[in-house]
Amino acid sequence: MKKEGQVRIPSGCAIAAVISRKGNKMSGELITNAMKPMHDRSNGLGGGFAGYGIYPEYKDFYAFHIFFNSRATRKDCEQLLKESFEIVQAEIIPTRKIPAITDEPLIWRYFVSPFKSVLKSLQIDEKELVARTVMMINTSVNGAYVFSSGKNMGTFKAVGFPEDVGVFYKLEKYEGYSWTAHGRYPTNTPGWWGGCHPFTLLDYSIVHNGEISSYDANRRAIEMFGYKCSLQTDTEVITYIMDYLIRRQNLTYKEAASIIAAPFWSTISSKDEKEKQLLTYLRTMFSDFLITGPFSIVLGFNGGLMALNDRLKLRSMVVGEKDDKVFIASEEAAIRTMEPDAENIYAPSGGEPVIVKVEEDI
Amino acid sequence: MGIDYMYPEFEVVRNRERCINCRICEKECANGVHIFNEEKNCFAVDESKCVNCQRCVCFCPTHALKIVKSDCRLRENANWHESTVKEIFKQARSGGVLLSSMGNPNKLPVYWDKILINASQVTNPPIDPLREPMETRVFLGMKSHKIKRKENGEIDCTVPPLLELSMPVMFAAMSYGSISYNAHESLARAAEKLGIYYNTGEGGLHEDFYCYGENTIVQVASGRFGVHNDYLKAGAAVEIKMGQGAKPGIGGHLPGTKIVGDVSKTRMIPEGSDAISPAPHHDIYSIEDLRQLVYSIKEATNYQKPVMVKVAAVHNIAAIASGIARSGADIIVIDGFRGGTGAAPTRIRDNVGIPIELALAAVDQRLRDEGIRNRVSLVASGSIRSAADVVKAIALGADACYVATAALIAMGCHLCRNCQSGTCNWGIATQKPELTKRLDPDTGSERLINLMTAWKNEIKEIMGGMGINSIEALRGNRLMLRGIGLNENELRILGIAHAGE
Repeated sequence: MKKEGQVRIPSGCAIAAVISRKGNKMSGELITNAMKPMHDRSNGLGGGFAGYGIYPEYKDFYAFHIFFNSRATRKDCEQLLKESFEIVQAEIIPTRKIPAITDEPLIWRYFVSPFKSVLKSLQIDEKELVARTVMMINTSVNGAYVFSSGKNMGTFKAVGFPEDVGVFYKLEKYEGYSWTAHGRYPTNTPGWWGGCHPFTLLDYSIVHNGEISSYDANRRAIEMFGYKCSLQTDTEVITYIMDYLIRRQNLTYKEAASIIAAPFWSTISSKDEKEKQLLTYLRTMFSDFLITGPFSIVLGFNGGLMALNDRLKLRSMVVGEKDDKVFIASEEAAIRTMEPDAENIYAPSGGEPVIVKVEEDI
Repeated sequence: MGIDYMYPEFEVVRNRERCINCRICEKECANGVHIFNEEKNCFAVDESKCVNCQRCVCFCPTHALKIVKSDCRLRENANWHESTVKEIFKQARSGGVLLSSMGNPNKLPVYWDKILINASQVTNPPIDPLREPMETRVFLGMKSHKIKRKENGEIDCTVPPLLELSMPVMFAAMSYGSISYNAHESLARAAEKLGIYYNTGEGGLHEDFYCYGENTIVQVASGRFGVHNDYLKAGAAVEIKMGQGAKPGIGGHLPGTKIVGDVSKTRMIPEGSDAISPAPHHDIYSIEDLRQLVYSIKEATNYQKPVMVKVAAVHNIAAIASGIARSGADIIVIDGFRGGTGAAPTRIRDNVGIPIELALAAVDQRLRDEGIRNRVSLVASGSIRSAADVVKAIALGADACYVATAALIAMGCHLCRNCQSGTCNWGIATQKPELTKRLDPDTGSERLINLMTAWKNEIKEIMGGMGINSIEALRGNRLMLRGIGLNENELRILGIAHAGE
């Protein structure tokens, strides 16, 4: 049987997210519990979380979370990292032995800082170096997989039900101002740790529920720009597209949303002249990145998150709020678990981005 | 009589009980197959002139006629086919190059027929085009990713010149001269109604049709017939024709008998002179020369119009297309070896070039490998026969398709493949007034609109089945295709998996 990455595996899913507009910290336990009522939306073949603001003591360093098959692979990979980065801290990510999670790989994290000399010789900025390094390790170092690479944020994922994954990674010990979570329902795979969500590059993380019908059009388009889709998952390609649009093309989150979930032409024609011009421009010039088919995604980034549905709203996604917090989930039940008194619960329309940013830089 | 005598290829079968001697068949056949003998009050027949265009069959009010393949055959030989032998007889007699029309009819693989399309089941819902929006609008031209912001932070929304199509199909180049005034009018009017484009071909643009300029692509071919400043400015885009799928490596040939009246005026050449366009453009002997012509045209049209470059699908097409993409062209048209023609040397038509499916797949992949696919749009051409072919072409990587033969068939063509004779009984590939009047532009354009509307609906159905509600999400989406009965090389070049994988 082919492994993930050698074959494309569609999957259904559950997603949840919470963010404090004021940047107040929440323990990872909150989001872990949110996944419990959505248990049946996963099938035990993948769960994961992304937390933002969780590494304040290392906030100036890129935090690489890496799965290794073996000690030898780890040594090789570390050697490779050291060519471009100073490793200021290397450690095993603490986990709990629980019966629900087995067969774990070696799970390490590194806090690193790129060498200025390398940046200068390659004539790129440090984010680009990090992105290239991640891509290089994931495609060419057999048995190593970087699953998190942002600053002051981290991804935690495993094969299992999401609520167990949270316990496994001791998420109650992490404090973040923003969390996203994912439970996976892949259709034909034994499940692989790297294939679980969130999928991340730099500080962009994506949790996604859906199966996009535009996959190969999007994949073949984004691969032109130096990205390599090694997993063949929707989440991977969406993350790369968002990275390309936002980091490399400097588009805003809203502009990027109007590319991947572009309004219908009939909607565009009903807008005022200026808006029409902008939407037509974005849709025409970046037409390869239109995503069709069902999806609900939460894109996490440093300082905020964006929730977005496909333009027909073929997947459930609701938003609620309470005080400084905004909640997003596939089902209202998940929101109620996090905050029984959540208010203003509503289902955003298809293609309508919900962008929440923390008020000050954290 | 003698060595060269060939028993006619077709026999006219007249049902005497049904025939009422109305003589319509006689009137309809410009080839003079049916001859009424008034003395005997019955028909004689000269089957040697019959091309099986079905005109008499279609217009016989009592259904008394049918055309059948003659069973007078040479002795069977799997190596020396009858057609081969007969062609030798013809050449031994005449010493001439054999001429043919329309696309390569030989038994060579049609890859479209070996590609199957996907549909959604369970994990992803199909979308119902009767109930949900389904978008087929396409923009052709350069797609620049360079975001420029104004001082206030707003994006500068200036776009490069683009063609906007309501659906990813256009009418391919067929010159005025090779086809009739009425055929051109039908195409122009249909293109305008449909929100797509038709192409003048290399014969210039009749002054009556300048009013359809917004839906016209004007062609500049090696003969430069009918090319002048107003002509370049009249169209929505300018197409440089470097080659044609039916006859890669050679120029065009319109016999002097078709260069009459307005055709001569439009082409800007004397009446009765053969219009022979040279094999190369004599100002383009290399890729850098092409760049100069592309930019000359852009200068002449104030950078307001996309420039297209049409090439025949030949062995090294991927590298050629890459060169064209870097030469400033906005749109590349690739014409496969099954593409039609009004006249081409038979040997060239039947033996030169490669299938559009393989060429398209190779070019799309090559441009992506080089990271320049968004710099140009790709138009696939050369025997796109149905909405399914269109969908497969888009999924392989085309932005749009050109159709010509399908459009001719919609206007009445029965594919008898004798366009070069100039006696098209359907009034399409002829300049004889008594024949051209048979094609009424009202009917012609209506039938073209019907055909394209039907295809558009079919494209929407197929897209909806795949869960795709906009055509751009289909473009290059090869995961939606599977091969059937293809070998590994073919699958690799097409970039698709085999059915069942």
